[in-house]
This record gives sequence, C-alpha cells and structure tokens, in this order.
Amino acid sequence: MFSSPTVRTSFIFLAIALVGLLFADIAITASNPWQDLGNFFLGIITPNFFSSEGLMTALLRTVAFAFVGVALGSIAGFLLALVYRSLPVRIFCAFIRAIHELFWALIFLQFFGFHPLTGVLAIAIPYAGIFAKVYSEILEEVDPEPGRVLPPGTGNITAFLYARIPDCWVKIRTYTAYRLECGLRSSAILGFVGLPTLGFYLEASFSQGLYSDAGAMLILFYVLIATMPLWVKPKLLPVYVLGAPFFLGEGLPIVWGNVQRFFTEDIVPAPLRNGEGLAGLTPWLNDLMINQAVPGIWNTIVLTQIALVASGILSLLAFPLISNHFGGPLRRNAGHVVLVIARSTPEYILAYILLQLWGPSMLPAVVALALHNGGIIGHLIGRQTNSLNLRADAPTGFDRYSWELVPRVYRSFLAFLFYRWEIIMRETAILGILGIYTLGFYVDSAIQNIRFDRAMVLILITALLNIGVDTIGRYIRRKLALQTMPTC
Amino acid sequence: MTSFDLSGLTASFSGKRVIGPLSLRINTGDKVALVGKSGAGKSTLIRLIHERVNRDSSLIPQDLGLVNALSVFHNVFMGQLDKHPTWYNTVTLARPFSKDRNEVHTLLNTLGMTEKLWTPTASLSGGQRQRVAIARALYRNAAVLLADEPVSALDGPMANSVMTHLRDGFSTSIIALHDVELALRYCTRIVGIQGGQVALDQPSENLTTSDIMSLY
Repeated sequence: MFSSPTVRTSFIFLAIALVGLLFADIAITASNPWQDLGNFFLGIITPNFFSSEGLMTALLRTVAFAFVGVALGSIAGFLLALVYRSLPVRIFCAFIRAIHELFWALIFLQFFGFHPLTGVLAIAIPYAGIFAKVYSEILEEVDPEPGRVLPPGTGNITAFLYARIPDCWVKIRTYTAYRLECGLRSSAILGFVGLPTLGFYLEASFSQGLYSDAGAMLILFYVLIATMPLWVKPKLLPVYVLGAPFFLGEGLPIVWGNVQRFFTEDIVPAPLRNGEGLAGLTPWLNDLMINQAVPGIWNTIVLTQIALVASGILSLLAFPLISNHFGGPLRRNAGHVVLVIARSTPEYILAYILLQLWGPSMLPAVVALALHNGGIIGHLIGRQTNSLNLRADAPTGFDRYSWELVPRVYRSFLAFLFYRWEIIMRETAILGILGIYTLGFYVDSAIQNIRFDRAMVLILITALLNIGVDTIGRYIRRKLALQTMPTC
Repeated sequence: MTSFDLSGLTASFSGKRVIGPLSLRINTGDKVALVGKSGAGKSTLIRLIHERVNRDSSLIPQDLGLVNALSVFHNVFMGQLDKHPTWYNTVTLARPFSKDRNEVHTLLNTLGMTEKLWTPTASLSGGQRQRVAIARALYRNAAVLLADEPVSALDGPMANSVMTHLRDGFSTSIIALHDVELALRYCTRIVGIQGGQVALDQPSENLTTSDIMSLY
C-alpha cells in the first residue's frame, strides 16, 4: 500500500499534523462549555425571527454587498483574464487573492471608514483575482479548431465572441453563480469587522446571550443559500445587479483627509516616519519579525496542517452520508441537510460560535475548519460516488466503502484537499482576529494599536505565505497527476 | 491567387517526420483528390496547405471546427465574419438580420437540412454536423476548398449530392478522400500519398479504381 505515491503523501501529511498537535494549543477553557453548547442548540431550535427589525435589514445588506462585490469582481476578473498570459498580471492576481476579504476590509476601514465602498471593495478585489485565474483557465480549455477555421481578416473581437465565448459560456456562468454563493458567505462575515451585514448582528446577539436571535439569523442564512436556485435566475440577474447598489445602506461618509493620511503617513514604517532613516529600519523590522511575524507564521502553519488533515478525515467519514451506495433515501436526505449546513456556514462564523462556547484555543478553529471544508469535500466526493456503477455482486457495507468506493475516489479527494490547502491557510490566518495566535491576531492587534505600518507588513507576509502554500499545493497536485475544478 | 506552388512542405511529430519534403503544384481549376491509407499524412498535408495559403481558403477540417454552443445558422454565418464590421457580427449573435437568415436558409436547403436552423450544433447527429461544416465552407466562398474527408459521415446519395455541390461551388479544390469511387467521379486529378511522399499524381481519366488500390 505504501508503494502508492498518493498513500505515501497522505501519511506524510498525517505525520506532520500529529507532530503539529504536540505543539498546538488544544484545550477547552470555558467553565461550562457543554451547557453553553446546549443553550446554543436550544436557541437554534427556538429561533426568534421577530426580536429586532435589524435582522431583515442585515439580510438585505448581506445580499446587496454580495451582488455588488461579486459583480464588480467578475467584470474586473474577466478583463484581467484576457491579459492573464502576462506575468505581471498573474503575479498581481495571485497577490490580491492571497489577501483575505476581511484583511481587505480592515485595510479599507482605516481610510474609507464605514462607507459601503469598504465592503464592496473587500469582496470585489480578492474575487477579481480568483475570477481572473479561473476564467483564464476556462478560456484556455476552449476548442481552438473553430478559431482556426475562421476567415483571415476576422476582427479580434468578432473572433472572440464567436469562436471562444460560446464554447465556454456555460462554464463561466456556472462558476460565477457558484462564486455568488461564496460571495454571500464573504458578505456575511464582513459584519464581524463592523459592516452592516449578518455577522454584525450575529456578534451582537451572541455577546448578549440572545441565542434564539442568533439561531434565527443562521436559519435565515441557510434558507437564503439553499434557495439560491429559486431566486437567482438569469433573467432576474440584471435587476439584482443594478438594484443592489441602492441597498448597501448609507454608512458613514468618506473623509478624504484620512485616505491621504493613510497612504502618506500611516503605512510608512515608523522609523522612516520619525526621520530615523534606514538605520532605524533594521531594529524595527527585527522586532516585528521576532515578536509578531515568526510566532504568527508558526501558529498559522501548525493550525493549517492540523485543520487540513482533520478536514480530510472528516470528508472521508462524511461522504457516505449522501452516497447512494449506502442506506435509504431518508438517511441520504438527512445527510444532505447536514452537509449543506456544514458547508454553507462560513468557517469564521463556526469558529466564532465554538470559540464563544469553548473558550479561546486552537480547538474551535480546527473543528470549524474541519466541519466547513469536510462538508464541502464530502459533498463533492459523495456526489462523485453516485455516478459510479459497481458490478452487481460488489460487496456491501464497510467492505464496499473501503474496497470499492474509497480507492476509486481517493485521487479526486486528494485533489480537492490540496486545492483547499491554500484556502484553509487563508482562513487560518484570518481566524486570528478571533483571538487565536495566528497571523490575523497580530494584524488585528497592530491595527488596534494604530500601527498600520506593522499591520501592512504582516498582511504582506500572510499573502506571501498563502502564495507559497498555493505553489506547493499545485506542485503536489501536478506530481501526483491530480486534477480538480475550483471550489471556494 | 488560385494557382500555387507548394514546395518543401515538411511536418514532424515528436521528432519523427510524417510529411515530405514534398512539392506539389496546384493549378487554377484543379480538383485534387488526396488518397492514401489512413496515417499516410493526408490530414497533415491539408493543414500545411491551409497555413501555406495564409488560411485564405474554405476549410473543412476532419473534426469540423464547429462551435457546439452556437446554432446551425451562426456556425454557417461564421464563414463570412470577415465581411462585416464588428458591430454587425455582434448584433447578429443576438439577432440575425433577415438578409443573412435567408441566404443561410437557402444554402442549407440545398444540403437538405433547413428545419434545424436554430438548433445548437451540439445536439445534431454526425452527418448533420458534417453538413453544417460543409455549408460554412460554401458560405465562406473562398477561391480554394480544402476539405478533409468531408462526406465520411454521409450516406451514398447524400454524399454524392454534397460532392456535386462542392465540385460546382469551388473552381479549385483539394479534398482528402478515402472513398476511391468518389475521388474518381468528382475530382480531375488524383494525388496518392504514401509515407508522407507523393506516390501518384495523375489526371482522373487515366486511372481506374485498381490503379489507386495499390496505394492501400
């Protein structure tokens, strides 16, 4: 079994995660975690949809920010995809998508303040980077033959519209619609940094112990995402996109002086700002690296590796829930509901809830990341097993799972997992804002202490770390010849 | 420019030469059939000639080059994209002009497929797809036709009718054909390809089926 490179790779990653566990801070620190968890579930069963009028507004704002952000991101991403062959464009896109929506929001908050533009750009910018990459991959796959047959002298735009776009239009549309679902999740968590979306009201309800209000919000969010095929129709899309900007809310006006100050003073490293020159820069950078960057990087990597393996184990355990090789339709439908909930809850919200209940440590983060990512991969793998036709006398039960199904889907399972490696790391970094000592924690503290120069360097480091992991992930996928469609 | 010299044509795949060096002179009015067993290099030769004439020809490649998501009309219309400004082509994508609709309709009529004008080509049968590519080549109306097994998916009567249209529609043509009978009936000159070289080059009237069979 160990002669297979996929199995060997899996065990190497398992070993790394186990070593990581020795260093990780895994604990339940709350005094009565199970009672809190019980109260929370009680809140979900007894949702209170009418406690505050803010709930519906929050839902509306969440949808509006998602639509405007994703629409702008997809337009910009499409234009970038057309010039994606150029190396500077590719590097630029890799960079902007390596920075999490919440980090973008934290940056824009410093100079645009609570203006709607902050939320819109926080979604649009990283999404443009992702759209550019995926759109360009989709455009690459177009059959080149029709383009070759075109009469010479056909204009570039005409050739593009006839020979390239129609062939990949369905893929572009499907992917964009899928990204819209991701956009709703991104939009919801922007509330955690103060924008008027779901996260804001969720945090407010939680901090007051109003679990029934929080439960109502989560349920509405699931309904919103689960019913997307019903209300997101191609014909209605222009209405939504054109209407959404009017529902972003007023926010607070932009103070242009702040914008100027941010770029000319705030983000200039302190020693340069204070006139100490380049000589002062070294001790400043040393202090930043030793006390913030290195511990942040270390914790981010440890947590990422544990969460990656936990996600993998969970998805292998979860996919039979929706596989039609096991159980009846009733159990399968229940399985679908569980996986839909797991994957539609943003990991940030899961981590926030678990952190409130169990107290600060890496445990809530690992469980949140594993639940969300395990839900996504389990869903994809489970769906894949449904298209497998086994011989009539194939074994049943656990033998079917371990001999027939897992070996058949293992490669695509690994492909999805390594694809999500970079996503898990990006999320791990951001979970620091909740108080786990990953890079996000140090970014957030630097911003709290009004040291934007430090925050910018730390965000830059986070981006580079993500790009690094993405490169290794792609290398492994290529080495093991694993292919996958993008997920978010 | 319908008469042209093709000299020093070569092609290699992964270091192995599959064509040439090969020279061929095509005169205006030549209706050339390329014959030879599969793998002899006919498709590669068609492709090389297409590049050599700067793509200024009506081409029917073996895999047809259809845009599957577009309708039959649009695939045929693509033969004249160079004749219109960009705005005209863009409007046509959404709503074709009646002049073009009528032209394409008439053309498809002669090929026996009018009822499918607005069907995406993805949902057509092999023979119908082949006729869409043929219609596109006819609509393109270049001086030279380059076709690679254009009637391989058509039944006898339809194949003969289409070959008649291709013969009458182009003054000069180079058609790769595995059907020797069709080659002798519709072409004036037979060029046999063997091992990437010209093994036979004769007017059709000098040849019989058995002369050509020696190539296979």
